[in-house]
Amino acid sequence: MSKFKKKRGKAMPTISTASLPDIIFMLLFFFMVVTVLRQSELQLKVVTPEATELTKLDDKQLVNYIYIGKPTPKYVDIYGTAPQIQLNDKISKINEIPFFLLDHKKDIPEKKHGLITTSLRVDGEITMGIVTDVKTELRKAGQLRVNYSAKTRQRDL
Amino acid sequence: MARRQAPEINASSMADIAFLLLIFFLVTTEIVEDKGILVKLPPWSNEPPETQRLNERNVFSVLVNKDNDLLVRGEPTQLADLRERAKEFILNPTDRSDLAASPTKAIISLKNDRGTNYETYLAVYNELKGAYNELWNELANERYGVDYSEDLKIEVRRDIKGTIPFVLSEAEPTSFGEEN
Repeated sequence: MSKFKKKRGKAMPTISTASLPDIIFMLLFFFMVVTVLRQSELQLKVVTPEATELTKLDDKQLVNYIYIGKPTPKYVDIYGTAPQIQLNDKISKINEIPFFLLDHKKDIPEKKHGLITTSLRVDGEITMGIVTDVKTELRKAGQLRVNYSAKTRQRDL
Repeated sequence: MARRQAPEINASSMADIAFLLLIFFLVTTEIVEDKGILVKLPPWSNEPPETQRLNERNVFSVLVNKDNDLLVRGEPTQLADLRERAKEFILNPTDRSDLAASPTKAIISLKNDRGTNYETYLAVYNELKGAYNELWNELANERYGVDYSEDLKIEVRRDIKGTIPFVLSEAEPTSFGEEN
């Protein structure tokens, strides 16, 4: 009986926090692996359409992004309301695409050049005119692997 | 002199440092999930393409106009029916004389207007690709008892795609519609 009584008087044992940093580091590494550095601010409104026959792009290194859409209200004063193309962090002209592709290509080992994919992130409300022009430019530049970025569609047509 | 015991380093702030780093990464990075319809564009050539005489029965023409209406082989069609029609055309199960002679001869021709909505265009492309995916799936199940996927062995995929090759030719768009 006295055995149990003794303990009650003692203070709460402190919980060891020695493993806390390890846990946090684990979380940190997890996030470092699954995320990528935030892309430059998007100056266009891009809401990609929905589709069902999707392919997942695995290697982020081999993907470059071309955004097509109308400028967001903040940028309407500068660029107007017509659809524009954004490469990296700024709105560009179509003839800047070849340089943009080369710029992306130079960081990639040569044997992987054939696997480079251009992801076209196009707003659903845009008409095909500008998309066709971009496609033509990509074909001229020899960049033939193209991905039409889309979201998964849940409902039926 | 007796060796002094090394004083223990207080590691309690380590967690704080790690937290700080964690929050930094949470803020500066994002999880991008990029999915989409993968297509292979035809190479560019400056010469006009050769005009080929194709047997009309082997061509499945899909036209999308500036008002996002569909014209499939000359008749207006709803988007929801496109997949079934394409599948029937490619496989031609009842040996009709106006559908493709064989899946290897079937050609899908897609033409849109510069004023077509991108959303509609992609939906049409999605249905055509979906038709092929479903046919590949059926064939893979029939021959190998597995669903078709890109993870299958290369010989298996080559066999399936050799039996039903994906041939989709896109014509230069017309420019009747208003572009926005």
